[in-house]
Amino acid sequence: MLLSPSGDVALQQRNILLTSTALMLIIILPVLVLTCVFAWHYRAANTQAKYDPKFHHSTGLEVVIWSMPLLIIIMLGAITWLTTHLLDPYRPIGRTSAAKPITEGRASGREEMVKPITVQVVALDWKWLFFYPEQGIATVNELAAPVDVPIVFKITSQAVMNSFFIPTLAGQIYAMPGMQTTLHAVINKPGIYDGLSAHYSGAGFSKMTFKFHGLDPAQFDAWVAKVKAEGEPLDRARYLKLEDPSEGEPVRYFSSTEPGLYDAILNMCTRPGKMCMSEMMMTDRRGGGGKDSREAVERLRYDSLRRDEGKEAPGATVPGSGQPAKAESHGGADAARPSRADPHAGHGGAPPGGGQGPAPTQLTR
Amino acid sequence: MFQNLDLAKLLFGRLTLQAIPYHEPILIATFAVVALGGLTVLGAMTYFRLWGPFWRDWVTTVDHKRIGIMYCVLGLVMLLRGFADALMMRSQQAVAFGDNAGWLPPHHYDQIFTAHGVIMIFFVAMPLVTGLMNFAVPLQIGARDVAFPFLNNFSFWMTAAGAVLLMASLFIGEFARTGWLAYPPLSGADYSPGVGVDYFIWSLQIAGVGTTLSGINLVATIVKMRAPGLTMMKLPVFTWTSLCTNVLIVASFPVLTAVLCLLALDRYVGTNFFTNDLGGNPMMYFNLIWIWGHPEVYILILPAFGIFSEIVSTFSGKRLFGYASMVYATVVITILSYLVWLHHFFTMGSGATVNSFFGITTMIISIPTGAKIFNWLFTMYRGRIRFELPMMWTIAFMITFVIGGMTGVLLAVPPADFILHNSLFLVAHFHNVIIGGVLFGMFAGINFWFPKAFGFRLDPFWGKMSFWFWVSGFYVAFMPLYLLGLMGVTRRANRFDDPSLQIWFVIAAFGALLILIGILSTIVQFVVSVRRREALADTTGDPWHGRTLEWSTASPPPAYNFAFTPVIHDHDAWSDMKTRGYERPMEGFRPIHMPRNTGVGAILSGLSVALGFALVWYIWWLAAASFVAILAVAIWHTFNYDREYYVPVDEVARQEAERTRLLAAA
Repeated sequence: MLLSPSGDVALQQRNILLTSTALMLIIILPVLVLTCVFAWHYRAANTQAKYDPKFHHSTGLEVVIWSMPLLIIIMLGAITWLTTHLLDPYRPIGRTSAAKPITEGRASGREEMVKPITVQVVALDWKWLFFYPEQGIATVNELAAPVDVPIVFKITSQAVMNSFFIPTLAGQIYAMPGMQTTLHAVINKPGIYDGLSAHYSGAGFSKMTFKFHGLDPAQFDAWVAKVKAEGEPLDRARYLKLEDPSEGEPVRYFSSTEPGLYDAILNMCTRPGKMCMSEMMMTDRRGGGGKDSREAVERLRYDSLRRDEGKEAPGATVPGSGQPAKAESHGGADAARPSRADPHAGHGGAPPGGGQGPAPTQLTR
Repeated sequence: MFQNLDLAKLLFGRLTLQAIPYHEPILIATFAVVALGGLTVLGAMTYFRLWGPFWRDWVTTVDHKRIGIMYCVLGLVMLLRGFADALMMRSQQAVAFGDNAGWLPPHHYDQIFTAHGVIMIFFVAMPLVTGLMNFAVPLQIGARDVAFPFLNNFSFWMTAAGAVLLMASLFIGEFARTGWLAYPPLSGADYSPGVGVDYFIWSLQIAGVGTTLSGINLVATIVKMRAPGLTMMKLPVFTWTSLCTNVLIVASFPVLTAVLCLLALDRYVGTNFFTNDLGGNPMMYFNLIWIWGHPEVYILILPAFGIFSEIVSTFSGKRLFGYASMVYATVVITILSYLVWLHHFFTMGSGATVNSFFGITTMIISIPTGAKIFNWLFTMYRGRIRFELPMMWTIAFMITFVIGGMTGVLLAVPPADFILHNSLFLVAHFHNVIIGGVLFGMFAGINFWFPKAFGFRLDPFWGKMSFWFWVSGFYVAFMPLYLLGLMGVTRRANRFDDPSLQIWFVIAAFGALLILIGILSTIVQFVVSVRRREALADTTGDPWHGRTLEWSTASPPPAYNFAFTPVIHDHDAWSDMKTRGYERPMEGFRPIHMPRNTGVGAILSGLSVALGFALVWYIWWLAAASFVAILAVAIWHTFNYDREYYVPVDEVARQEAERTRLLAAA
């Protein structure tokens, strides 16, 4: 429920919503009332009402009807400017709740310094992968954070665009492949809350939900220990398996993560032989790779669906894949089924000159 | 290269029998109904020998009034398809909770919400708006036709061609599953192989040609063809809003064409404008599509504002309050509509300064819009309001639209948008302004100008049925969505976990049923009106005590509109003429120069359908052939010198005498 959130950022956003509504009602309510009153009073049947067909201009009224909305918008604009900057998702939060400001570094002694917790978020087809770099763990479709501790989310996506949204915590922000967005937030009340993708991302989008646990610090430590105890290590091979499109993925724990895996996902180079975006950008900044860069083209192709391994876009039907038209594709296993007999099955979607036939051996570094 | 030559592939591209969805009962039933309906219509036309008149009077016509009517018919027919999609969505969301997956699999559901959006914007709202502008603008400025009559016919048929191609996707292949703006990378070749997005691209490109050309045509018409004395600051407000809308069309549709071209290049040639890799960036698509998309919103709403202005003034029996400020408000909205596009994606990660700039420009638009509302309000003030159907729609609009406007400004505050973006609150907001603004405006306009177009009024009883069911249905269907949005429910989901939400979706579905009754009432209204046309006849040409020039001529107007070009002295020209005791001239007619009908527009449109279909299915020989044919026909048409004729004096005199007789009898 957006109107009674449990996170301070969402709470401030709710307050802006209510303030703006109240400001606008100053002008909306009179308009609604006047519309009804004028429509009723000046109805043709009411011969008592004054009829003045010459009344079509009044400088005084014009000034009022332009300046009233203008005044409201000046107020609203000021609020917008301030709050947009204060609640910018990229800006570290200045307080964990209305009563508790965060004073960085130069603490006055009264407030203790709160060290934020970082979570790296990856939107996969169609589940969420969360890395906890400080704890060294990762989870799928379950997020936890200690209450009253600032959380820094670093958000990216593996394939298509999504929007990372925990309504009770803070506003959403897009998760985009090859790019990273940031969101600062804090959860104030312990509890289990809903999280979701708020940007349509394909067939499995509707089940791309997760639970967000707001935990007491002690509980959070216990949760981390549980993940470490129950989980398996997340290395690249496991990650690449996890990438396969799937729907309604159950919660999964990973006790440790391969170093640099999140950065590799962000830079679209999880697969061996691929060039990382960061490396490409570095080359570009040095003035480009010259003629040699032709060799890099294959290394820069990002085939997140791994069609060169015979996989195909989830949910695709004929002629994009071998599936019959309008096939009912419930469930992830079905959607991720590798292409069947017809070697031309993937032809429709492949960029000409690109993925025809078996892929050439990857150029390795 | 030739050892793999496959004849079927050469002939049919990637089109195979598998692409026909014969295992989908819903689609088979739909197809059966469409086919039966189509056969009935074709059979009836043959039986009643209507093909000749249909070709002569409608297909080949260059008469702006008939073209306007055809646009409206196209819009209303497509409304049925778009609304069928809406019903399916509402019913799916009303039942799909927890373990119940509903009755529509994602594959089908995702096509439905995409098609619903595309159809409602491009093939319902746009044709209705363009149709009413086409019909009324030349009449309001005292012109005999638009500036380029053939172009007008061609524009209409291109729009229709886009609609045909889109409808073909229902039975051959599939439509896009991407949402109505087909954001990459989801809409790219990698994640959407197959024909869905290609159907989307080519139907919009073809229809876009029509829209752009029609925009150019109407701008030229309004700028160059006004009757003597009709200065810009005396133009009827509907003509003013039409001018601004068409300026917006001319300036923004090329952006849509360009961005769809880039997407098509990505999909067909393997370029990387919007891909994830090789330097592509989907964020560019977001910006480009909304640089078209936001002006598009005003393209739709401005003519509706114009219609309401005409209606409020006519049915209050008063000149419009604050004409000059109304015009300036329209122009300000036109300019500002280019400075707000980023508010559609505050959540993409722009900095706070950028976000607040676009948030504040968006709010500023509400100032001229608010001024307009007040102007309508003070037009009613000290008026004599007659509550005919057009006025009823206008009152409903004023109340509904301010609510939609308020939620719109809320969404323009970036911190608030961060929690409401992509939610059902957003869905409720834009339906609130598009139904409550554009659609109510179109219904008001149709009820208003129908007697002018056909010579008889629309039946008021069924009109009121339609009105009340539409208005109440709208509130019942969309107010729950506002609530759901505030509960954090996002759009485009085909199922939900939380069973406590279900009741709101059920209420919304009930609202959709009320709207269904409203739509059926509209259909009944047309049928009943045609049957009662004698009783509802308008012989005066001025059934509403109109104020602008279109009401000075007969209903329906003669092909040449005005026997003599009127001379304008004041605002509300016809009202002014009536108060001055204007007398219709009965003699001194001269031959009238008129454009001649041509079938080239329809032929080009047919070829465009073939071209689009061939491109969708990679039938390269057909694509090449139809493209060459389009060029050939277009060039051939330039050698057609038989483009004009004169209506002889006798004919003019005969038609004017008939009008005199009707006026005397009235």
